[in-house]
Amino acid sequence: MQLAKEVKYLIHKELLLEWRSKYTINGVLLYVVSTIFTCYLSFVSLGDKLTWNALFWIIMLFASINGVSKSFLQETKGQQLYSYILASPAAVLISKTVYNTLLMLVLTTIALGFYTLVFDSFTPPDMVLYYVAVVLGSMSFSTVFTMVSAIASKAGNGGMLMAILSFPIIIPVLILLIKLAKNAVDGLPWENSYDEIAMLLVVNVLMVATSLLLFPYLWRD
Amino acid sequence: MHKTWWKILGSVLVIYTAIAGLLLGVPHLAILNETIRNLYFHVPMWFAMIVLFSISVFYSVKSLSSKSEIDDIKAVESVNAGIIFGILGLITGAIWAKYTWGQFWSFDPKQNFAAISILLYFAYLILRNAIDEEQKRAKISAIYNIFAFPMMVVLLFVLPRLKDSLHPGNGGNPGFNSYDLDSRMRMVFYPACLGWILIGYWVYTIRFRIRSIENKQQHN
Repeated sequence: MQLAKEVKYLIHKELLLEWRSKYTINGVLLYVVSTIFTCYLSFVSLGDKLTWNALFWIIMLFASINGVSKSFLQETKGQQLYSYILASPAAVLISKTVYNTLLMLVLTTIALGFYTLVFDSFTPPDMVLYYVAVVLGSMSFSTVFTMVSAIASKAGNGGMLMAILSFPIIIPVLILLIKLAKNAVDGLPWENSYDEIAMLLVVNVLMVATSLLLFPYLWRD
Repeated sequence: MHKTWWKILGSVLVIYTAIAGLLLGVPHLAILNETIRNLYFHVPMWFAMIVLFSISVFYSVKSLSSKSEIDDIKAVESVNAGIIFGILGLITGAIWAKYTWGQFWSFDPKQNFAAISILLYFAYLILRNAIDEEQKRAKISAIYNIFAFPMMVVLLFVLPRLKDSLHPGNGGNPGFNSYDLDSRMRMVFYPACLGWILIGYWVYTIRFRIRSIENKQQHN
């Protein structure tokens, strides 16, 4: 019960901080929109839907690295010490993960809307399944990147480490996501996608479980 | 003698498989033909790699609770030895693929996932280089090692099953399945796996001893 209270309070804190500055959400949103425009201008002759699908996920990958890595890298040592005294490590990790998932959900939803607006021909026939892929993607990106950004921030060498450490871990997830989204673009029946959906859920549970086990060791300096 | 018997056993087994693997008879399967002998040299590399990476995770878990420097050195040196076997596995696979598929690297899912899982361990080594303070390095790299291990298992054992691959044993290709392996091949294959695992463990112990001597010299 104590944990749930702490998590609720910490999520509230994160949302409040974000609401006051609106830096992360606006920054990453602008990043996504300008990347989509750049891609549109450079690949304008590509007509293949599947290429656009892959491109969407690559844009989302980089946007989420930028958005989620803020969660630990941006905090100063003093701030971390303060929350270390106040809350349990599990509460800190869970609240950051939930907050990042929310952030990514808002972001990917807007990005998907903008993407289908710009690339008129892209609109997948099975939008619901595509949105399931987007939701699962936001979840997996935030579970993996939250833990990796904690590791990178403790190692004290931000940006580059973040990319090196997270890419090999996220590639299998990304492959599953692209496959799932491809099923939606091709308009296949849902039965063909149960494997990928189950696999993504399993990977997420696995990542959250290992993060929860390991984070207390990382948090204690 | 009581401490070196397994080293002798490992060397004898590897020498035996090198000779018997090239000379003994093999079943003649379509596509594979004589290249099926690569089973003796390619697959044991992955077994040795998995064993070494598992040893590394074991010592990473141990070093998180014991905070001992020795456990940390054991973890990193078993990763170093494991990476050697991973690269050898990729090379033996690529040479085989050149003669069977026509290309060294044809972006087959199994090749890709194996390469990515080795990238994971290169990232681990780079993470270690990025941190100067010894205790902190031991702790953070142990955490990353444990975090990455389940992902490596997913990469090597789960994902290839979801995708179509030309690799023997996948999607109806004649392969190294249990029914393809006849008793002649088992006589070589099992000793090869055991022998290479023992050699891998030996490489790891030697590396560990060199590293701990170097560490002692630095502290004096």
